[in-house]
Amino acid sequence: MSDVTLLEVRDLHVVYGTGEAAVPAVRGVDLRLPAGRKLGLAGESGCGKSTLALALLRLLPRTARLSGQILLDGEDVLTMRWGRLRAVRWAGASIVFQGAMHSLNPVQRIGEQIAEPLLVHRRASAAGARARTGELLEQVGLPASRAAAYPHELSGGQRQRVMIAMALACGPRLIIADEPTTALDVMIQAQILRLIEQLVSEQDIGLLMISHDLAVLADTCDRLAVMYAGRVVEEGPAQQVYGAARHPYGRALAAAFPRIGDAGSRRAPRGLPGDPPDPSSLPSGCAFRPRCPDAVEACAAAEPVLAAAEPVLAEAAMEHRAACVHVVPAPASVRSPS
Amino acid sequence: MSTRPPVLSADELRVVFPGRRGAPSASAVDGVDLAIGAGEIVALVGESGCGKSTLARALLGLVEPTAGVVSFDGRPLSYGTRALKEYRRRVQLVLQDPSGSLNPRHTVYEAVAEGLRIHGRGGDERAAVADALAQAGLRPPERFFLRYPHELSGGQRQRVVIAGALVLRPEVIIADEPVASLDASVRGEILALLLRLREELGVAALVVTHDLGLAWNIADRVAVMYLGRIVESGPVEDVLTDARHPYTRALLSVLPESAEPPAILTGEPPDPSRIPPGCRFHIRCPSLTSGEAAGAGVAERCRREEPELLRGVACHLR
Ligand SMILES: Nc1ncnc2c1ncn2[C@@H]1O[C@H](COP(=O)(O)OP(=O)(O)OP(=O)(O)O)[C@@H](O)[C@H]1O
Ligand SMILES: Nc1ncnc2c1ncn2[C@@H]1O[C@H](COP(=O)(O)OP(=O)(O)OP(=O)(O)O)[C@@H](O)[C@H]1O
Ligand code: SF4
Ligand code: SF4
Ligand SMILES: [Mg+2]
Ligand SMILES: [Mg+2]
Repeated sequence: MSDVTLLEVRDLHVVYGTGEAAVPAVRGVDLRLPAGRKLGLAGESGCGKSTLALALLRLLPRTARLSGQILLDGEDVLTMRWGRLRAVRWAGASIVFQGAMHSLNPVQRIGEQIAEPLLVHRRASAAGARARTGELLEQVGLPASRAAAYPHELSGGQRQRVMIAMALACGPRLIIADEPTTALDVMIQAQILRLIEQLVSEQDIGLLMISHDLAVLADTCDRLAVMYAGRVVEEGPAQQVYGAARHPYGRALAAAFPRIGDAGSRRAPRGLPGDPPDPSSLPSGCAFRPRCPDAVEACAAAEPVLAAAEPVLAEAAMEHRAACVHVVPAPASVRSPS
Repeated sequence: MSTRPPVLSADELRVVFPGRRGAPSASAVDGVDLAIGAGEIVALVGESGCGKSTLARALLGLVEPTAGVVSFDGRPLSYGTRALKEYRRRVQLVLQDPSGSLNPRHTVYEAVAEGLRIHGRGGDERAAVADALAQAGLRPPERFFLRYPHELSGGQRQRVVIAGALVLRPEVIIADEPVASLDASVRGEILALLLRLREELGVAALVVTHDLGLAWNIADRVAVMYLGRIVESGPVEDVLTDARHPYTRALLSVLPESAEPPAILTGEPPDPSRIPPGCRFHIRCPSLTSGEAAGAGVAERCRREEPELLRGVACHLR
């Protein structure tokens, strides 16, 4: 596997609206995704996950103002000219939108919907597009003959497969999947996740997968980033963030997922008291402070930034960071050997 | 097994939807026995389309069964208008809010008081609404009276929906996917609320879900439904840590925390208008495909004979 950076986000800010009503939805996010790797983005409803995803391809509404850098293969999406941006959207990166399986055109056969970008952007011949559509359907586990079906003739899981086929149509290097399995039941969810994993590894595609289900992300992705109130508050190897989170919010989120068989969660559902933050009136200091069980006076002073939560290791892939006053990395030299 | 007599039960319950324009009819609920004891929390789990909501609606008297009986307090339900109205006070439905159970133009107060008005409950309405909101964890309740749904978080809205059910002092709550679209942290809070209502008020609950973790979190017993029938049921600890039915095992194996290799079932989602002969699961059954059933000498029966639910499991292998 290569470690060439496919996507790098630097200090990204997104604000919806202006003045009194301004909503700072993303507040200084840094992310890095090497080619062929899978990065999961978790966090509660409203924390800015979809806003971030849409920003990556400049798909936000006009009311949104962006700043920072979004480097796709080293090229900044935010300063790209329109023509170049269009090319990137079709061939470089594609998005499976949240809830998109409900937005398929109900009166058009799914084969035509998959073929459209091929005809328009790839200037494929009708026969060529038809052949490629059949191939794509088979890649996502549907018989090529289903191209003739209308969306209402498909189950939810099958429609989500169609959405994935559409995302693959032009051979992207990056796929952004926003809640790809949220409305589906466990068995269909397992089918879709398996499919995504297989396609991503076969085709060396980078995957940014968004979900509020930390357990699912931990199972699918290499690394996880946890967002709270528009910022990444924890980031690290998926199993570590899920199993040994260092940020109090990351810990609360992980604890909210019951593990069947674990006596500690039997008859003991765990949640996070308090209301989700209102992005237009955040508290001073750490945004998690009003709900944080570990808050101390220092938390009100300044918003903590991501810092290494483990002694800095030689291997970048193992880096684990958290943004909390309690996260003070032990220098590697004074750590007792374990 | 609980020794308490069931407060709500289904016997040999069937709900068949007639097919439209010559299409075959659909047996969405196809012979279900299920009992909920007083103060007991039962989780009803299974894939999308297996008939969970239809069974829940039949238990609530919202659909009249094609065959079989729903009993409440040991007496069969009567489907006359007045009897049903009283029944629907004692057994309350809780839906997930985003499915539109709150009217965007009604305040929290109106939403909760509505049930009282429909059922013509006398007494102090304001106090009853305040009590219900407080029980649902919205404190101090007066602060929420005049708010509209859009001024509440998702978790708060779901609490209002639950308060609307509690205000009628029901004996049973039937909750259909009460937390499915909520995030994990809110979900935990709502589930803790259901547990607390049982402790404090003795309210029994049937929780319909496809989330097995939810059953582990709050239920006493779990019933696993496949294509209109209960294929396994029993105490949560037994069913979820030592499942006996191949379908339950498959469901558990695909969870992220499972130690077993995932048995991802393929094939089309089950269709209640085309129920396979023999064991209704046999076309997708990993134990039949792997030869385990043949090894035990039951493969032929799997294809021909419907297994009965015996000692909590409906499978020829057990
Ligand atoms: N077009 C918009 N105009 C103004 N505010 C918006 C707009 N879209 C989103 N927001 C606000 O920005 C914040 C982040 O929203 P976003 O949709 O990115 O959250 P999310 O993490 O994807 O949530 P969910 O898990 O519910 O999908 C929220 O406070 C939301 O209300
Ligand atoms: N009014 C109806 N007429 C005809 N068929 C129906 C009707 N309601 C439900 N069905 C069918 O009965 C079956 C069971 O549906 P039901 O809604 O009970 O499933 P469910 O287990 O609640 O699924 P989900 O998890 O998706 O909510 C489905 O195949 C459905 O298509
Ligand atoms: S900085 Fe303080 S308030 Fe924020 S997460 Fe850490 S302990 Fe909690
Ligand atoms: S009866 Fe046979 S087909 Fe049905 S679940 Fe048991 S082993 Fe599988
Ligand atoms: Mg979103
Ligand atoms: Mg349902």
